[in-house]
Amino acid sequence: MSAFAARRRTLPGFGLTMGLTLSWLSVIILIPLAGLFLKSFELSPEQFWNILSSRRTLNALRVSFGLAFAAASVNLVMGSIIVWALVRYRFPGRRIFDAIVDVPFALPTAVAGVALTALFAEKGWLGAPLAALGIKVAFTPVGIFVAMIFIGIPFVVRTVQPVLQDLDPEIEEAAGSLGASRWQTMIRVILPSLAPALLTGLALAFARAVGEYGSVIFIAGNLPNVSEIAPLLIVIRLSEFRYADATAIAVVMLVVSFVIIFAVNRLQRWARSRIPAR
Amino acid sequence: MKDKTPVTIEVRNLVKTFGSFKALDGVDLKVDGGELVALLGPSGSGKTTLLRIVAGLDWPDSGEVFISGEDALAQGARERHVGFVFQHYALFRHMTVFENVAFGLRVQPRAVRKDEAGIRARVKELLDLVQLDWLSDRYPSQLSGGQRQRIALARALAIEPRILLLDEPFGALDAKVRKELRRWLRSLHHEINVTSIFVTHDQEEALEVANRVVVMDKGRIEQIGSPDDVYETPATAFVHGFIGESIELPVHVDGGVIRLGDRPLQLAADGLAPGASKLFVRRHDMLVGPPGTGAFEGAVQHVRNFGPVQRAEVALSGGETIEIDAPRDRELRAGDTIGLNPRRYRIFAG
Repeated sequence: MSAFAARRRTLPGFGLTMGLTLSWLSVIILIPLAGLFLKSFELSPEQFWNILSSRRTLNALRVSFGLAFAAASVNLVMGSIIVWALVRYRFPGRRIFDAIVDVPFALPTAVAGVALTALFAEKGWLGAPLAALGIKVAFTPVGIFVAMIFIGIPFVVRTVQPVLQDLDPEIEEAAGSLGASRWQTMIRVILPSLAPALLTGLALAFARAVGEYGSVIFIAGNLPNVSEIAPLLIVIRLSEFRYADATAIAVVMLVVSFVIIFAVNRLQRWARSRIPAR
Repeated sequence: MKDKTPVTIEVRNLVKTFGSFKALDGVDLKVDGGELVALLGPSGSGKTTLLRIVAGLDWPDSGEVFISGEDALAQGARERHVGFVFQHYALFRHMTVFENVAFGLRVQPRAVRKDEAGIRARVKELLDLVQLDWLSDRYPSQLSGGQRQRIALARALAIEPRILLLDEPFGALDAKVRKELRRWLRSLHHEINVTSIFVTHDQEEALEVANRVVVMDKGRIEQIGSPDDVYETPATAFVHGFIGESIELPVHVDGGVIRLGDRPLQLAADGLAPGASKLFVRRHDMLVGPPGTGAFEGAVQHVRNFGPVQRAEVALSGGETIEIDAPRDRELRAGDTIGLNPRRYRIFAG
């Protein structure tokens, strides 16, 4: 054993837990990912490029990432408002609303997809009035957007909630007695204190929306180039036995997702460094 | 700041209930300009509620509040121009010390807001005042408790408040820092001359820092007076028991005689209402003499020495046990029988 690990520690079990961590992460995450990359090496760079630059692939990636980001942003705003209401006010049914937030976590995504499709279909409860306004949700990119909002909302609420709960109401009183308006208190005191949690929530909701498959394919209509998400295109390529094509798209999704999550992580760390622990 | 005339504070008949709990039960108080007043009482006595109502952080069920003669209840906390210091500092964690102090200046309406150079100069001046200029780039989490509270005070002073309210400002600090800050607060108050009220449950703090002490219990004011007044001439049994260390004995006044149990005490009962009463004596006012002299007689149970005094537990002949503080010139020993005579005492009905 190296001198580093052999040094006496107050907490025993460094070797054991570290070993388990590394082997487990390898088996569960790293080896499958490595396999994915290896598979894509079967393609020549030229083939790889052709698959990626095909119109259908680009459109699928654009739909997936673009709508996921839009949905995560909406969730960030609406989720913050929901958290505020749940944490700061006492109203009848608060516990029930609090529990409802978790439903998208637990519901099988296919069930969510079917329910949303029925709701937003042209004859559905919400679909009919929207159709009268000329807005079509089901079987369009808007439907994908709606599904992504649905599955992402608990991520924002559950990451921000505990942080807001810990935020001392006295700092709002302090800001008020120093002459700050409600708005100034919100912008200058509360939001900066919540910033790291808000960024984490945004990242999680985004990651979930990019990877979402089950609920989206029911409501999307899956029109190539219009409402076809990248994960579905991967499945289609697999069913056509074009494994290399499928892995090429998968690798791009993986790299883009990783870069975005990494960037958000850095941003979040920067925001947190400005709020050192108490 | 010094050229401004300090402002008066007046509250009239304040009542505030939380559910069935009466936090304030008809409180009247007048604070003159430039005073440093302590609200002293046990927890639940309503002192913090009173302070928060004056600050505009809470609202009374009924009653009136005037700051500088203006009706303060018509204004929110924002408009009252009151500096408030919280027990747990309530500093903004994501801001540096400098930005914390600058906060009140930055949120001012554009018309009266200082420019950046003006804000910098003012913050520097305040940090100098609290002697923490060198910490201006740190974050609150990097400071000690005493430093945080001084920054919180500087932040409250930045807006040139008309009055300064401090809620248990030293309550979260350890004893030594607390003592230092007390002295510092008193000299700071002298320097800035802003009418101030601070809340404390620590009698020593109240007596040492304040010009005037307001003793509260159960939502009512028990006594208002100088530190000497409340210590030397307590107005009620509660004040006597709460401030200073007292011996409390249940007595009965009847026909000009004070009885403890069935024994008459050799104490003057002039002008006392007949009935059950309480006799209060300060521990150090109980003089020790030979047995048979004085109003009480008792057996010393045990003795501990505290620097210049010896604290003795004495079982009185009637069975009550009391603690007295006697000078060390005559050593007491467990088992001694002694006579006790109160140099000064007070009797309250009830």
